Amino acid sequence: MKTAKLEQKLLAAARTVPADDRVPYAFEKGIMARIRDLRPVDRWAGWSRLLWQAAVPCVALTVVLSALAVSLPATGQKAQTPLDVQFETVVYAAMDYPEGSW
Amino acid sequence: MERDTDAEYIAKVRQGDPASFEPLVLKYQPRVFATARRYARREDEVADIVQDVFIKAYQKLDSFRGDAPFEHWLMRLAVHTCYDHLRRHQRRPESTFTELTDDENDWLDRTLAAPEDTSEDTDAARALVQRLLEMLPPPARLVITLLEIERRSVKEIAEITGWSPTLVKVRAFRARAEMRKCVERLARDKYL
Repeated sequence: MKTAKLEQKLLAAARTVPADDRVPYAFEKGIMARIRDLRPVDRWAGWSRLLWQAAVPCVALTVVLSALAVSLPATGQKAQTPLDVQFETVVYAAMDYPEGSW
Repeated sequence: MERDTDAEYIAKVRQGDPASFEPLVLKYQPRVFATARRYARREDEVADIVQDVFIKAYQKLDSFRGDAPFEHWLMRLAVHTCYDHLRRHQRRPESTFTELTDDENDWLDRTLAAPEDTSEDTDAARALVQRLLEMLPPPARLVITLLEIERRSVKEIAEITGWSPTLVKVRAFRARAEMRKCVERLARDKYL
């Protein structure tokens, strides 16, 4: 109960604080100087930077996966199927069995 | 009339005249300073926040649609910037109740001994509230400041923060509980 009263008194005191809206001398001059120095925002710059950053991991991943694909021993009948045939089978699987894709 | 003037300056800035932004800065900087001082104590932090607010306002001016007064849009941006500042500079809770000043200790002694006593040293109480607010997590501090200190409605807070009214209520509930815990700790630490 005491703490509830304490809390109320503290908040009541906080409400009595007048808004301190003092502004340092010539503050707006500093802001305007910063604004004049701003370069126009290039909307594509961020996207382009992200793409370049993503390029290195993508290339690395491709190299690692290619190396794995080449180095892994082919096992079983399925592995002996050429890669292009396997790829085509997967892509067109839904068209071969249209009722199964819904 | 005032709104028309703001709109004229905004239109000129959009047409490529950055100098027309200066009257808007001059007009609204006292309000932005007052808001920033509620969330940051050091003057250099306050100045950084205000500068951030106006630079963001300049950069995002194209997103101001003019449905509401520019002042509302700017103050919403100011509160968001203050909130970001709180999240970046969150203090550790244990670091704030050490070394209360004599005045703060006296005020606490008197209030805990006689809670109904209306005699007040508001400066000490204000300093204590500042310590309490600094202990709260950023969302709680924002809600307590807007709801309990600035006495804004849930609807207004929802508009300012972009949170839904339900989220504001939930955060207000949690914030009050956090605040209560901090006050209890303050009272308990006093007599340990």
